[in-house]
Amino acid sequence: MHWLGQPFRERSTLVFLGVLLLALAAVTLLHVAVPPEHPLYVSIYTVNLFGKYLSYALLAVAVDLVWGYLGILSLGHGAFFALGGYAMGMYLMRQIGDRGDYGNPDLPDFMVFLNWDSLPWYWQGFDMAWFAFLMVLLAPGLLALLFGFLAFRSRVTGVYLSIITQALTFALMLAFFRNEMGFGGNNGLTDFREILGFNLRSSDTRLGLFLASGAALAIGYVLCRAIVASKLGRVCVATRDAEARTRFLGYRVERFQLFVFVVSAMLAGLAGALYVPQVGIINPSEFSPLFSIEIVLWVALGGRATLYGAVIGAILVNYAKTVFTGVMPDAWLFSLGGLFVLVTVLLPRGVAGLLAFRFRRRGKSPGSLSGREVSA
Amino acid sequence: MRIPDAFKLPVMTRIVTLTLLCLLACLPAVGAAQNDRGHALLEGLVSRSFNDKADAIEAILQSEDERANDWLQALLDGNLQRLKEDGRFVVVVGNSGREWPVRDALSGEALGEISRRDLDRITINNALRGQLRSALSLVELYAGDERSRLAAAEGIIGEVDGELAAALESRLEEEESDKVRHRLSQALAVHRLERGEADAVETLAGSLNSNVRVALTRAAQSDDPALADAARRALADIQQTLKLNRVAETLYFGLSMGSVLVLAAIGLAITFGVMGVINMAHGELMMLGAYTTWAMQQLLPGQPGLALLLSIPAGFLVAALVGIAIERGVIQFLKGRPLETLLATFGISLILQQLVRTVISPLNRSVVTPEWMSGSVAINDALSLTLNRLYVMGFALLVFAALILIMRRTRLGLEVRAVTQNRAMARAMGIRATRVDILTFALGSGVAGLAGVALSQLTNVGPNLGQSYIIDSFMVVVFGGVGNLWGTLVAGLSLGVINQVLEPWAGAVLAKIMVLVFIILFIQKRPRGLFPQKGRAAEG
Amino acid sequence: MSILGSLASRDRVFDFLVPADSPVDVRHGPILYLEDVTVSFDGFKAIDTLNLTIDDGELRCIIGPNGAGKTTMMDIITGKTRPDSGKVWFGSRHDLLTMSEPQIASLGIGRKFQKPTVFEALSVFENLELAMAADKRILPTLTARMTGEIRERIDEVLLTIGLVEQRQRSASILSHGQKQWLEIGMLLMQRPRLLLVDEPVAGMTEQEMERTAELLTGLAGKQSVVVVEHDMGFVRSIARKVTVLHQGSVLAEGSMDQVASDPRVVEVYLGAEAEEELA
Repeated sequence: MHWLGQPFRERSTLVFLGVLLLALAAVTLLHVAVPPEHPLYVSIYTVNLFGKYLSYALLAVAVDLVWGYLGILSLGHGAFFALGGYAMGMYLMRQIGDRGDYGNPDLPDFMVFLNWDSLPWYWQGFDMAWFAFLMVLLAPGLLALLFGFLAFRSRVTGVYLSIITQALTFALMLAFFRNEMGFGGNNGLTDFREILGFNLRSSDTRLGLFLASGAALAIGYVLCRAIVASKLGRVCVATRDAEARTRFLGYRVERFQLFVFVVSAMLAGLAGALYVPQVGIINPSEFSPLFSIEIVLWVALGGRATLYGAVIGAILVNYAKTVFTGVMPDAWLFSLGGLFVLVTVLLPRGVAGLLAFRFRRRGKSPGSLSGREVSA
Repeated sequence: MRIPDAFKLPVMTRIVTLTLLCLLACLPAVGAAQNDRGHALLEGLVSRSFNDKADAIEAILQSEDERANDWLQALLDGNLQRLKEDGRFVVVVGNSGREWPVRDALSGEALGEISRRDLDRITINNALRGQLRSALSLVELYAGDERSRLAAAEGIIGEVDGELAAALESRLEEEESDKVRHRLSQALAVHRLERGEADAVETLAGSLNSNVRVALTRAAQSDDPALADAARRALADIQQTLKLNRVAETLYFGLSMGSVLVLAAIGLAITFGVMGVINMAHGELMMLGAYTTWAMQQLLPGQPGLALLLSIPAGFLVAALVGIAIERGVIQFLKGRPLETLLATFGISLILQQLVRTVISPLNRSVVTPEWMSGSVAINDALSLTLNRLYVMGFALLVFAALILIMRRTRLGLEVRAVTQNRAMARAMGIRATRVDILTFALGSGVAGLAGVALSQLTNVGPNLGQSYIIDSFMVVVFGGVGNLWGTLVAGLSLGVINQVLEPWAGAVLAKIMVLVFIILFIQKRPRGLFPQKGRAAEG
Repeated sequence: MSILGSLASRDRVFDFLVPADSPVDVRHGPILYLEDVTVSFDGFKAIDTLNLTIDDGELRCIIGPNGAGKTTMMDIITGKTRPDSGKVWFGSRHDLLTMSEPQIASLGIGRKFQKPTVFEALSVFENLELAMAADKRILPTLTARMTGEIRERIDEVLLTIGLVEQRQRSASILSHGQKQWLEIGMLLMQRPRLLLVDEPVAGMTEQEMERTAELLTGLAGKQSVVVVEHDMGFVRSIARKVTVLHQGSVLAEGSMDQVASDPRVVEVYLGAEAEEELA
């Protein structure tokens, strides 16, 4: 398991984990220990918001893993995020029990409303937390496995892959909009009450979810870091830059792509599962192609192939979104659109590129692994 | 239905009777002016008893007055009215608003606009309506040209009673047109069928008229086994023909949808296929084309047709200019970085959408369909094709043909192909690659504008118009094989048809999902589409 | 190792994942054997009943005008292109026509492309590390450790290709010639039995060419090397045996002098240049 320990020998990872830990501790302290009247007090609303950003950050890390290191621009990662979210939502739905508006102990409200008389087979088992949490990883993982297997086997790459990933999430969005699918159609799943027995409306649960998101981000980051720092990570970079050459070296490129793609999809699913209890709803709009492409913007803004850049980008863009949509909602789409253009044309290495330019001792080309000594 | 006595008499005696009736009706009006006879005829309609009205209608019919047809039609449409003031009969010409333009029913002279409160409508009931329709058809059958005779014969299928049957029999003998005779015999056959004559079925075989089908269905349940059997067989035949018609209809709708896809995708086929540039703002260029049509119609109120025609060059220009701006402003800096191009143009699409929302309106705008594009062409009783879709289909083919010509036959096409195949070599031969890039992109964008103009005739024009087509368009291009215009045509049309075939069976949304999944799977099987480019240049 | 360790090597359960790298059988002489190979693209015969035999440890140069089928021949040997008919054997045990590109690569056939392709985002050391003959399945790659043995092997190759000083440099900043050598080094890391080298000296300076000639002749004997080259001077400096391809089949074979004096060769390929040189 030495490969999992590798990230802890890197300065950049330690710095990242340190900053993350400090931020988590600071927010928790400012919420718990500071009286509400105090100007430094962090309200539970803000804690919740930060929790949402952290789950987005994990999603961005997942996208950066495939885009930054494998060169696969997935415009459908929102689908994996949403699938994880739906798996969590189904669990939360079952936790409502007979406290719904219709008081049916077995069926969620929307099924009663649709006159369904029993739970569909694919809803079975979601009343058990362990099963639901397993599905949070398995559902997106299996979709990625199936889709990736077909795509990589026939060497669909580049823009073609981007376009069909977009079609994938679009098709799923249309499917989930249908009431017949049994996922609440247009309205999705909502009105959650508790998770693992904790009331979702209480501040303590929300703080717990915030911390859980932070922990998941840390774990996801270390996992991705370990992957890219391993020899497998270097095979990925090799594939990204010269696929044919890597094949001639004897690597089954499509299997490496599939492996990393599935890992990334599972991380996205985990992010979705943390996101849903914090915002209290999951609906088909998470499948929209717009959302998926927005994730890519976070990564692009933060800086590709750095992982920490993805985290910075996700938090920056979403913070800006919260501020802008509150102050002048019309301006948000303008600035989002403008960001896409500016980042790609003027800032191809993103914020991380700027940081690296400022701090790094040795300059390296974008997409290179950070200054890491090959060590035993 | 109560049938007036006069209708039950044989035709020849009827004329005699009617002459008498006429005389009776004319009596009160003796000594009045020339129009008084007509006035008297109409006077009969004012009675409260519908029986009297039926008699009066018969009287008008027999009067051989040349205005009879006009009166009866007006009566049927509820437009025959009476001035409260002086009891004159008028025909209402238009009945919108409060002041209605009318003309004198007798002299035909226009009387200007009259408040509807000053008018009394002559009311009729359903029995009279049936009588009027049969009567008008009969008049039409005797007096009209071939087209109106045909329409009249068609109209009375299923409406024939014993009295009318006799009249039709005699008309059938005199009728010269085969088509009209065919219809007449069908009308008579339905009548005979209703009376239980099994041999009538033969005449009705293959007819698509819905009244024929109703009569046959009823006959199929009759107690007479021979009749029921014959009717059932004829019905099965008709069902078969109807099924074929439905196939034709599905094909038509599929091709129509397909041609929209082709229009939307063909511009992409140029920018993506030929230049390798992923333009996610392509849909928004279409949207601009559609809004150009709307703006043109705002500029030329009352002339939607002219505005639409002018929108074709205008939409092309607007979209092409915006396309040039995009190419010069963004895409040229991202050469060789397709994924970044994709993201940047996506940003542009967001900006354009929001721009339209802010500047014009977030709501849909309505674009008027000119008269010559509305309505439909009837192929047979069960199948008619809407004109606007037909026009869009033709337009799509026209645009396609023009593009093929441009790519194959012009200097620009040659240079574009040269630059695509070997940029460095083309430059070395003196082709200005940058200029070619700009022109190609402008061409692709302009075609998107044309697609928008066409779409404005089929769907709502709103800021999201482009978004809903962009994924489909990319699917078409990828499915057809990138860089191949013919592939785009075949792919677009076949995807349209596939969608329409699946739709009744699976529903619209599921059909779309299935098509998407199908393409996703297809791309795995043939990554380069239906018609891949061959050779070394296509590698990598 | 822990339970996790055994989990990590779970993939060994799948037999089909184990590469078919049984040793190459060269007891019967040739290491590469092509018989009556034909391939056509859209009716154009790129390779036409080609017969070619390469002995173990041999250094063979292949020359021929543009379109003679040199690159297509390499494509066939490495599994990139499948011939319409014919036989391609590696040693007397491996039918290359039944194998995929990675399988062929792991069998010990290394190919160097015309255009140098090294992984520019990685360092010289990492480039060689990736190329090394090793278990190239996913989990072994993920958990691969850098051992002293590997380090020695890489250092050895670095010495051979003369890039010791550039060890930790990014491959993107190497000169053209250095990239070519790095690529040859990458092939060497695979411990190949057969090296296919496509135009190794295109765009090189005189000095670089000399170093390359040294490198290739040094390799022969340990490995079989097939060099496709245009540069006559270079071919003359390294060649022991030369094969001339023309229109997809062998036109002549023999020492450089024999080939150069063959009138057919002079006509189709060497032409004016050869006449000048031989005169």
